[in-house]
Amino acid sequence: MKYRTLYICTALLGFGLVVSCTPIVEEMTEVEKRAADPRNKTHMVGDKASGYVYMTSQTRDMQDDDIANPAFTWIDLAEEKWSKVEGKAGKSCASCHQDVNKAMKGVANKYPQYDPESKKLIALQVKINRERTKRMGAKPWKWESDQMLGMAALVKLQSRGMPVNVKIDGPAKPFFEKGKEFYNQRRGLLDMACANCHVDNAGNMARSNVLSQGMINGFPVYRLKWQKPGSVHRRFIGCNKQVRATPYKRGSEEYTNLELFLMWRASGLNWETPAVRN
Amino acid sequence: MARKPRVKVPSSAKKGDVIQIKTLAPHKMETGQRKNKKGKKIPRFIINKLEVTFNGKPLVTADLHPAISANPYFAFFNRVTESGSFKFVWTDDKGKSITTSKSIKVA
Ligand code: HEC
Ligand code: HEC
Repeated sequence: MKYRTLYICTALLGFGLVVSCTPIVEEMTEVEKRAADPRNKTHMVGDKASGYVYMTSQTRDMQDDDIANPAFTWIDLAEEKWSKVEGKAGKSCASCHQDVNKAMKGVANKYPQYDPESKKLIALQVKINRERTKRMGAKPWKWESDQMLGMAALVKLQSRGMPVNVKIDGPAKPFFEKGKEFYNQRRGLLDMACANCHVDNAGNMARSNVLSQGMINGFPVYRLKWQKPGSVHRRFIGCNKQVRATPYKRGSEEYTNLELFLMWRASGLNWETPAVRN
Repeated sequence: MARKPRVKVPSSAKKGDVIQIKTLAPHKMETGQRKNKKGKKIPRFIINKLEVTFNGKPLVTADLHPAISANPYFAFFNRVTESGSFKFVWTDDKGKSITTSKSIKVA
């Protein structure tokens, strides 16, 4: 019990400082320096900046080299899976879609998507599992499994360099609004909204991290802390826990709506899946 | 299906060229310092050796230690004088190795 109290206090102190103090001047110039770096040019648009520009040059080096970026070992695995026959129908993804490069180009921008069947939004992972269960008669993959992370990354990789551009009108509109509300709602013991960190304090320090704008355009990202790729819903869980709020489940309605809102927030930034983050 | 190593070697080069070789091996590189949820130490389990040969002759040998991150990346340069095949072997603490090869045409 003692341990827990201590933990919460440091957290409060850490984040309390961020919220109430003026930013440390030296840290700001460091961030500004990063923003002025020509390498960051394709990772910024208007006042929007990808998480890339907040990373150290070593971390950016990893992302910029498809051999040094370990996420590609998961993508290689997914490429094998793409043409591997599985399930009762005796089919692989390639049986119907042929070349993944052509078939999945631009698909990153289509999800989360309104699904008339469930009358809710579905994330790309849900669509991939439907393809497996309904069209192939194969077993679904777990959200954070190597197979699903790899396939989601392989699909989104085909949109790398294209600007994020998602549909939020029509039947998706009410879900978008819910996602926006979630984003701006304070929660948890620290009573903080996503926006308090990623809008109000982007560029400032939170403990040892520079807060980014919390952009979604690199997911699934290879995170050095995780030593593996992770979904954006995993990131949401982490960010909810940081403010001592009870997280939702991966694939939940709440997180899928939030994902759509974050896609809209990132509009115009280029897709960089699979990104590398610290 | 397991993840496989990634290696980049140019497919061709001129005699005497200095080429860059890049490698990355999938491995969790468990340091032996961490504890599980019950407080028990997770045993060390890392790749401890990378050996690269060219046409059977040793080119690079590296001993790896626990402070190296998961999915270790190595890059190095080599002056090539003949066509042939690079062989890469990573060996872990359980004595298991992963191997891959890449050939190059030198003219
Ligand atoms: C207490 C501050 C805090 C709050 C509140 C917070 N985050 Fe974060 N978030 C972080 C930190 C720290 C990181 C890691 C460094 C960075 O990229 O900002 C991060 C990273 C992220 C990233 C990854 C960005 C990238 O480039 O890969 C996303 C996405 C994100 N947050 C979304 C959210 C969402 C959605 C919420 C609300 C549910 C939220 N965050 C709430 C602190 C916070
Ligand atoms: C039996 C044929 C068949 C198989 C097998 C199949 N698909 Fe599909 N898939 C389709 C058809 C047809 C569509 C277009 C209609 C739709 O969106 O449902 C589609 C759509 C998709 C979409 C949405 C594309 C978009 O533009 O919105 C994705 C993503 C997808 N498939 C991924 C996969 C993956 C990954 C696999 C293998 C795990 C797979 N598919 C296996 C037939 C198939």
